[in-house]
Amino acid sequence: MKRQIYANLQRKITFITLLVSFIPLISLSVIIYYQFAQVFRNKIEEQIEYRARVQSNAIELFLKERTAILLAMADTYTFDYLAEKNNLERIFQIMNHRVGGFIDLGLIDSAGRQIAYVGPYNLVSLNYYSQPWFPEVESKGVYISDIFMGYRQIPHFIIALQRQENKKRWILRATIDSDVFESLVRAAQVGKSGDAFIINKESFYQTHLRFGGQILSRSHLDPTLFGVGTTVLEKEDKDGKKILYAGSWLKKNNWLLVISQDASEEMTKLFKTKKIEIVIVVFGCLMIILTTIFTTHLTIRRLETADRKMNELNAQLVHSDKLAALGKMAAGVAHEINNPLAVIAEKTGWMEDLLTEEDFQKSQHFAEYKKSLGKIEEHVERARKVIHGMLGFARRMEPHLEDVDINEVLDQTISFLESYARTNNIVIEKELETDLPIIASDRAQLQQVFLNLLTNAVDAIGKDGKIYLTSRRIDSEIAVSVRDNGPGIPKEYQPRVFEPFFTTKQSGKGTGLGLSVTYNIVSSMGGTITLDSEEGKGTAFTVRLPIVVPEKK
Amino acid sequence: MDEFSVLLVDDEKDFLETLLKRLLKRRIKATGADSGEEALKILKETPPDVVVLDVRMQGMGGIQTLKEIKKIRPLVEVIMLTGHANLEVAVEGMEAGAFDYLMKPTDVDELLYKLEDAFKRKKIQEQKIRRLEEDKQLEKG
Repeated sequence: MKRQIYANLQRKITFITLLVSFIPLISLSVIIYYQFAQVFRNKIEEQIEYRARVQSNAIELFLKERTAILLAMADTYTFDYLAEKNNLERIFQIMNHRVGGFIDLGLIDSAGRQIAYVGPYNLVSLNYYSQPWFPEVESKGVYISDIFMGYRQIPHFIIALQRQENKKRWILRATIDSDVFESLVRAAQVGKSGDAFIINKESFYQTHLRFGGQILSRSHLDPTLFGVGTTVLEKEDKDGKKILYAGSWLKKNNWLLVISQDASEEMTKLFKTKKIEIVIVVFGCLMIILTTIFTTHLTIRRLETADRKMNELNAQLVHSDKLAALGKMAAGVAHEINNPLAVIAEKTGWMEDLLTEEDFQKSQHFAEYKKSLGKIEEHVERARKVIHGMLGFARRMEPHLEDVDINEVLDQTISFLESYARTNNIVIEKELETDLPIIASDRAQLQQVFLNLLTNAVDAIGKDGKIYLTSRRIDSEIAVSVRDNGPGIPKEYQPRVFEPFFTTKQSGKGTGLGLSVTYNIVSSMGGTITLDSEEGKGTAFTVRLPIVVPEKK
Repeated sequence: MDEFSVLLVDDEKDFLETLLKRLLKRRIKATGADSGEEALKILKETPPDVVVLDVRMQGMGGIQTLKEIKKIRPLVEVIMLTGHANLEVAVEGMEAGAFDYLMKPTDVDELLYKLEDAFKRKKIQEQKIRRLEEDKQLEKG
């Protein structure tokens, strides 16, 4: 029953403690993780966006530079000058020397015929009038084309510009080195799977992809998804992988620079953090569980001990209350019996007095009368002893220091049990040291101690046996030993005999308090009580009391 | 031994009567009183030599009676009869001027010895007083 209550309490405390420790710990770690993940993700997006922006600026700059030098050349020289192949070649060299990245340079008249050409292909005299870029240059003045195949049947793009000279229009056209341009774009690639490429408005690739994806093939990306400036968005590719795209418009919103990055690749670092966090939280939880169980267990045990001590104390109080009540009753009974006893004694005495008269001496039953009266007197004396013993026992229950002769207390205690012992054929043998010092102690309590030990011995024997009672002086202590030749106490019970409510007697016969009360009394007197028992041979309890010399009066 | 008179005080009538008879049989002039108040009355009229007084009585208790006796007749010796095993009452009685105490039930012979001792003491006291008075007379004369 009691066990159950403690177990329940323990469960409750453990549960509540775990709850209040787990909820904040777990919610805190989850919140922190998600916050961190969010920040991390933002950081990644910012990074990729920043790269896209920077790289698109770099590309714009690249194109501007090349356009600018081309413009400078066109502004500086005349058509006739440029039509000279040597001159054009010199200019081409200067341009490549200053900014680089040009494959070829050509001069085209208003009819679309290429007048002069410097470069690796044989393109002189070809007519560009029907090429798609030609009208664009004519209408815009400066034009940077998308990638196209052209006459050379190699993907490339050009910068072309138109000049008016004395009503004669001409076009200066340069092809950008695809290798230089692509390497510029690719500089934005990151990681194992990151890519950087350009698509035009119609979503055709303007540069090679890192993995597959031919130039001028159609991309699955929809350029309209990307807004003005730089946009970051996440899309799943064919394999279901999450890819992060950052797109930045350039070349007057004709081209879109796209930087792609495998989101999961960047997130691995986060997953690592997640793993570490989970390990820490799990470990923390385990520690909390262990600590909670341990401390709760400890607390409950403490509580149990305190409870038990309280019960012991209560039991002792009840016991001493009982003893006090018993004492009062014994005193009352003794006084009430004493008076009739005195009357009986006097009447008997009077009858004996009368028997001395001559008339009675002649009676034939004189001897019988005399003998009977003697017997009555003998038994009155016996009753008187019992009553005086009872009064002595009942006298005081509160602790009280007085001069105590241990041997006298022992003798008196034995007298209570003598008749009972005799009827059960138990012999009480005394071996009391004659010159024991008188000590200052509580007589009634000592009597209780010895009575408890002797009663236990008598109960242990049951019938037919011997009790040896000894008192000795050992150094500064008086040792009183009560030894019986009863059945002894089993080894497993021995450590528990002084526990309250521990009894081997039949239920109802023993309260299990006797020895614990004895133990407490002896302890409170500064003494010790020890047990020496062997099964089948008997039991000996030894009480050692310090010799406290009474104050001189 | 001179004859002497004893007043027996006890509220247990059976006890009182029987002990009286036994003392009378032993040629002791004994009278009885069954309460402290009656004892004091007798004491005023015909003071005995020795009073045997039970400490446990209804009405006026033994110790109080003893104190009263000592006030009225300081020379009368008192022997206490006690049923208590503890000697505190006996000690109290002795302090209040009792000659001795006896425990109930009493042995009559023991009581006799104590009575004689008490009477002897009373006589000695009386002699001392008489001598003092004679000395005083002589001084005067």
